[in-house]
Amino acid sequence: MLSRVAEAIYWAGRYIERAENTARLIRVNSHLMMDTPKGISPGWEPLISIAGLDAEFINSAGKLTEREVVKFLIGDLKNSGSILNSLKYARENCRSVREIIPRTAWQKLNKLYLFAKESVTSGLTQKGRDAYLDGIISGSQQLNGLLASVMYHDEAWHFLRIGRNIERAEMTTRIVDVRSENLLSEIEEEFEAMSFENIQWISVLKSLSAYSIYRRTVEVRVDRSSALEFLFHDPRFPRSLIHCINSAEDSLSILPNNVEPLKSLRGIEAKLKTQKVDDLKREALHAFVDEFQLRIRRFHNILEKQYFLSPHQ
Amino acid sequence: MRINLTQYDPGVFFDEGLVGKNRARHSSKELIKLLRKMPDDELAARQSSAELAIKEMGISFTVYSEKEGTIDRSWPFDIVPRIISKSEWDKIELGLKQRVKALNLFIDDLYHDQNIIKAGVFPAEVLADSKNFRKECIGISPKEGIWAHICGSDLVRDEDGTMYVLEDNLRVPSGVSYMLENREITKKVFPELFETYAPLPVDDYPAQLHDMLSSISPRKVKRPEVVVLTPGIYNSAYFEHAYLAHQMGAELVEGRDLFVDKDECVYMRTVAGPQRVDVIYRRIDDEFIDPEVFREDSTLGVPGLIRAWKAGNVGLANAPGAGVADDKVVYAFVPDIIRYYLNEEPGIPNVPTYRCMYKEERDYVLANLDKLVVKPANESGGYGMMIGPAASKTERNTFAKLIRKNPRNYIAQPTLKISTVPTIIGKTLEPRHVDLRPFVLSGKKITVTTGGLTRVALRKGSLIVNSSQGGGSKDTWIVADAEK
Repeated sequence: MLSRVAEAIYWAGRYIERAENTARLIRVNSHLMMDTPKGISPGWEPLISIAGLDAEFINSAGKLTEREVVKFLIGDLKNSGSILNSLKYARENCRSVREIIPRTAWQKLNKLYLFAKESVTSGLTQKGRDAYLDGIISGSQQLNGLLASVMYHDEAWHFLRIGRNIERAEMTTRIVDVRSENLLSEIEEEFEAMSFENIQWISVLKSLSAYSIYRRTVEVRVDRSSALEFLFHDPRFPRSLIHCINSAEDSLSILPNNVEPLKSLRGIEAKLKTQKVDDLKREALHAFVDEFQLRIRRFHNILEKQYFLSPHQ
Repeated sequence: MRINLTQYDPGVFFDEGLVGKNRARHSSKELIKLLRKMPDDELAARQSSAELAIKEMGISFTVYSEKEGTIDRSWPFDIVPRIISKSEWDKIELGLKQRVKALNLFIDDLYHDQNIIKAGVFPAEVLADSKNFRKECIGISPKEGIWAHICGSDLVRDEDGTMYVLEDNLRVPSGVSYMLENREITKKVFPELFETYAPLPVDDYPAQLHDMLSSISPRKVKRPEVVVLTPGIYNSAYFEHAYLAHQMGAELVEGRDLFVDKDECVYMRTVAGPQRVDVIYRRIDDEFIDPEVFREDSTLGVPGLIRAWKAGNVGLANAPGAGVADDKVVYAFVPDIIRYYLNEEPGIPNVPTYRCMYKEERDYVLANLDKLVVKPANESGGYGMMIGPAASKTERNTFAKLIRKNPRNYIAQPTLKISTVPTIIGKTLEPRHVDLRPFVLSGKKITVTTGGLTRVALRKGSLIVNSSQGGGSKDTWIVADAEK
């Protein structure tokens, strides 16, 4: 397949996933805010840096209020990572490779983009937010389902899958990071904090659609260690880091000339597997997440060099 | 409220749906009957459901405006189909085949012995001034002598019902994807009419296109690598490029995806390395196709492409240089061209055309600017033309100057009273002017689309059908003649 097409498909996969996970990110914070008493709540500020968008937020000159942050993440056209822009870029990428995307999937993506655009005003209200986020999440999942069931599983499909899983792994670490960011530091020693912490891990699991599986397969009570273990290492959960990395690896191993990118991905896998979650206390978790994201970026660069920026004649 | 056709007034124009107020033309009887029975709300609802489908299917075209840059607009579509009887169509089809056959002989002759000039049928000065004659192509012999593999000719109907050829598009004619999509939409909107009319299907086109393209492959392989070369997503016809590539199962490539290697073959850059390309359906204009030969500053093309083509290592459709016959002055000579090469009378007449290069004809044009449509030789999309009766005095003066300055570049035609078709305006039907663009494929054999793309000028009284200037489109039905 054409290098340019491979690149567009890969990015389409990433952007669709980014839109979905940005919605999840906002949702987990909304729920966290509702679950924590006033005064110890982290507010909306951390979300911006977790999404890696500090510079863009400053550019768009928003205030760190709930309304501004949510607006920035959902509908700000100056924010390259907003839900609206992610879907716009996904659409642009698919549009440049229309001949590869099954027609029904293209229609679905179009609908999803139009929904995101046309309902954005109601998505910015507190009352309409959940329905809006839900529309984005279920829309992108329907799209993924459609692609899985109607797209020809050739190289294009594998590039899409690599893009999606790489983005998902990265965004899962960001969502986990919502919890690790300077949260509850002042009252850490207090007994009360424990129950809040657990409630908040429940929120994280819920936002990743993981709560009921977790209860069924791990245990009913939620604590930090088991939640992290589940989200990092359970190969059967489709949003766990290890599952994402393994899926990307499966797809990559089918592609031609894959030695270098495969090596990079296996490095990430090995590092992930040997990391004990018990060692990941507050700062350590944050550091791990940072490093994981850095490794993903490095993998992306290798992939780009191998397949996308094809050498001149 | 039911739709009322008693006020429907095509005036002096030939209307293809009704013969004057409230009387259906024979071929449209069932259509009009259905429309008469329909509450106006339902008609409007069907129209908006079609518009929604178009939006959701992403059927769009791109326009460029100074203010807003490039914008993607939904394809404007009117759900009421245009009906043409098969007996009439059969004659048009024959006429088109004849015309394109002669045009290909003409182009091939111009790049070889130029017998038609020697015979005094076609003036050497017209060729000398031609913007689209490519000296680089002299002496090249594409397979089967075909240069214009894909041709889109625009037809209009006059007030007495006669179909004329208005122009031939031999460079990169577009619109066929909309013809195909229009049919898909109409099937959803008027399923009941398909039972009554059983219009002849149109959807064989992508397969025919692929067969034709495969047939010009220089390599004899079972499945030649056919690609569609597009200028990219900002081109106004990008939708079509992607659509046709998709329908043919061909790669849609941009210039940067291709390169010509030392062996003078064309390759595309793939994730598995370079891959040989056999046939390129190019949707980039000649000037931009190869910076080695034509415009050096082109970033859309492929350096070395013409070398590879000359070496016989790749098929190009349409062949570079085919546009020499896509010129409004050459157009005026087409009837003679047909007579010269085929020794036949033209099956479809030309619109009478005045060539400003000839003094006598120019004088007539200058004296009658208020009655004529003046067109520059090498523009498309309705740009740079003047419609005399609608033009202001200043505009007419400007054009008089332009014509005197560069007479070879202008032709003029009488303002045709082109036909109308019932079109939804608000909740009722009004007559609107239409043209028709059938597409002709030439390879080993010549095939014509069943009908073509009907474009409709949606503004009252307007004759401009181009989508970039307020035009829409309709599904075109070729139907078996009803017994009278």
